[in-house]
Amino acid sequence: MEITMLYYLIPSLVMFCCGVYGFITRRNMIAILISIELMLNAVDLNFVVFNRFLFPGQMEGMFFTLFAIAIAAAETALAIAIIINLFRVAKDVDVKDLSKMKF
Amino acid sequence: MESVGSIIMYFVIALTIILFSVLAVTTRKILRAATYLLFALFGTAAVYFQLDYEFLGAVQIAVYAGGIVVLFVFSILLTSHPGDNSEKLASRKRALGLVASLAMLGVAGWALLSRCLHLVDRPAMASLDMQQIGQTLMGTGHGEYLLPFEAVSVLLLACIIGGVVVARKR
Repeated sequence: MEITMLYYLIPSLVMFCCGVYGFITRRNMIAILISIELMLNAVDLNFVVFNRFLFPGQMEGMFFTLFAIAIAAAETALAIAIIINLFRVAKDVDVKDLSKMKF
Repeated sequence: MESVGSIIMYFVIALTIILFSVLAVTTRKILRAATYLLFALFGTAAVYFQLDYEFLGAVQIAVYAGGIVVLFVFSILLTSHPGDNSEKLASRKRALGLVASLAMLGVAGWALLSRCLHLVDRPAMASLDMQQIGQTLMGTGHGEYLLPFEAVSVLLLACIIGGVVVARKR
């Protein structure tokens, strides 16, 4: 049995769809952030797999993943700062109850 | 032809990724969701190791497991009671999420299965050494990444300042 590219793309696809499901159904803001992390991670995995299987001597996909990881870390830190600030104001992190700024 | 050991390792890793990412979005305890996310990220790191990107796997473990998940756990403990179950989902919302994700799974999976079946198996590649990675990261020539590196460092600085400003006590 050969492990081709497809075998690595399918777990990544399932991971991305889990992220979409969680993003739509979750109501806790931190859980939504966890779903976003899942989606970002699935995309990183795709970059690396395509780099490894189609262009094995080059490093573009790997470096893109490296920078994506750094940006994901920055994004998470800032989002958690915002969530903690919201919690201080509204005593809740449930998106249903945070409707004060809703148009 | 791959060895039996690497095929078994592949299936273990793939099942880990699928199982823990499903659990991370379906469990009703938020702290467990963060833990399952950690295992899904470890599975991804294992894929990087298996594909000969050792540096990337190490970065994945250090940044995601060491940084982001710890940040998640801290903020969960600060903002909610970790033992509580979240509310039961309204069935309409759950149906909506299921339709969206399953439709996407179907369309993308069909595209993959119909287009990518004939794709090549893994070509040989020497493991990247640190000197090569460092020179590509720090070089200014064609296909080298000094400018994005500096941009990311400025982004991280802005993120530090922004985090302090947003989260400080007034």
